[in-house]
Amino acid sequence: MKISKEEVEHVAVLARLKFSEKEIERFVDQLNNILGYMDQLGKLETSAVEPTFHAVGQKNVFREDAVQPSLDLDLTLSNGPDPDRGFFRVPKIIE
Amino acid sequence: MEFCQMTAHRLGELLRRKEITSKEITRSVFDRIEKVEDRIHSYITLLPDLALKQAAEADARIQKGEAEPLTGIPVAIKDLICTQGIRTTCGSHILDNFVPTYDATVTVRLKKAGAVFVGKTNMDEFAMGSSTENSHFGPTRNPWDLERIPGGSSGGSAAAVAAGECILSLGSDTGGSIRQPAACCGIVGLKPTYGRVSRYGLVAFASSLDQIGPFAKDVEDAALMLNAISGYEPRDSTSVNLPVPDYTKFLINDIRGMVLGVPREAFGEGIDPEVEATVREAIRTLEKLGAKMVDVSLPHSEYAVAVYYIIAPAEASSNLARYDGVKYGFRARGAYDLLEMYKETRSQGFGSEVKRRIMLGTYALSAGYYDAYYRKASQVRTLIGRDFEKAFAQCDALILPTAPTPAFKLGEKVDDPLQMYLSDIYTIPCNLAGLPGLSLPCGFAKSGLPIGLQVLGNHFQEEKILRVADAYERNTDHHLRKPNL
Repeated sequence: MKISKEEVEHVAVLARLKFSEKEIERFVDQLNNILGYMDQLGKLETSAVEPTFHAVGQKNVFREDAVQPSLDLDLTLSNGPDPDRGFFRVPKIIE
Repeated sequence: MEFCQMTAHRLGELLRRKEITSKEITRSVFDRIEKVEDRIHSYITLLPDLALKQAAEADARIQKGEAEPLTGIPVAIKDLICTQGIRTTCGSHILDNFVPTYDATVTVRLKKAGAVFVGKTNMDEFAMGSSTENSHFGPTRNPWDLERIPGGSSGGSAAAVAAGECILSLGSDTGGSIRQPAACCGIVGLKPTYGRVSRYGLVAFASSLDQIGPFAKDVEDAALMLNAISGYEPRDSTSVNLPVPDYTKFLINDIRGMVLGVPREAFGEGIDPEVEATVREAIRTLEKLGAKMVDVSLPHSEYAVAVYYIIAPAEASSNLARYDGVKYGFRARGAYDLLEMYKETRSQGFGSEVKRRIMLGTYALSAGYYDAYYRKASQVRTLIGRDFEKAFAQCDALILPTAPTPAFKLGEKVDDPLQMYLSDIYTIPCNLAGLPGLSLPCGFAKSGLPIGLQVLGNHFQEEKILRVADAYERNTDHHLRKPNL
């Protein structure tokens, strides 16, 4: 599968990343190279194969619905770039 | 021999006999760091004050007769592992001012064991790389040849042990990031079974593949470290609740009757002839020690790199979505709105390899491509797992090279990402299957560069691979050779 420049730009938006024209062009090349290498997986017949998402097969690991201690609020806020009155302040959303 | 060059088990003996103190060992390590760190650059953060304080506490504990095997032993920790109150950068600009508010499970366990923290080691950014060249803080150099890579992504942790800048260290392994640096640096590196060591507090790269493990100067030390860090963690839903044996009890120097499989795909195209010859010699040694060698096949080996480079970046793209400049880490200033702030923060904060993998992963998971890439790769992952199941029905452990070549030169592969990815060809399959694996030195190239032998085991059979590696080590002397610094 070949990836186009528009697709690379779309992926960049999804990933919240910004690139220069030159970087986008380089990505088109590099990603096409890498994805071309992945195409070989198409040679394998896998329609009846269950995917593996967990290497040692654990399922549904739950704990009791009991309140446990959380992170200290002040400590957590103090780690932020712009803490303000109990919140993390960020630039506003302009649509 | 200086204390910094000795093993943890030897130093432990001397400490418990009260012939030496942890303060002396720690002093020796920091003296060594002063001599060589300028050239090697194993560390991002050094902790001399904390180390001396912990050494004093360890000495007090030893005086009271309450020592554990790692009490008073200086260890280094990969900078991907959270250490409360101590800067943890993950080798990235986006976290270069990040100070965790909690300790990782392995950090807690090392503190309980009385270990002494030397510092946080250098690594490829967010564990993405095979050379430690992707660190925001500059590369680490191989102690055996300063123009060469120490391996990656745990290059700092490996180089520090090899250079005597700590006695033991912790790294992490997602596609080979402990085993390959161990091979490049001529030391022992072990990746446990998925779920054996908790990932709580390990900054996530690929959650279904990541594992923390030890670097050590010999197999016994690796076993001691594995004892200390293994075990169930209720806060980690991928942690497996199985008892932890004393791994040192299996180092009996007897592998007679064990059956060892050699995958025929292990000696394929691209392997350096010296690596092949050295590994084949090691196989002959294992046979002389009484193991039965059998030929096995892992037919889907050739697809492992492709599977990994879809699954790992896909999981990474999800795990790294949290780095947005809101709650911690670097935030780009002057953005006119939130979206711009996210884009600027991430574009300025991440290095190029990280961005490349995020792009690859995001693409593989995006609408219209999920089935063709991520789902397909996960199905082939099942086939790879089944290959191992069939192989382990015939043998106790698998023997193969760790890397196709000895350490390459700095800068040699930075411009060709695919070439860099292919250097993980022997280590990746075991992460996909969640199996334990270790690397230990089995010889040297004519250039003097170390060559690693890899031993893979079935799930939760670390004792078997340790037993094989230990027997090989006791009957050879590669592990005694040190770099000339």
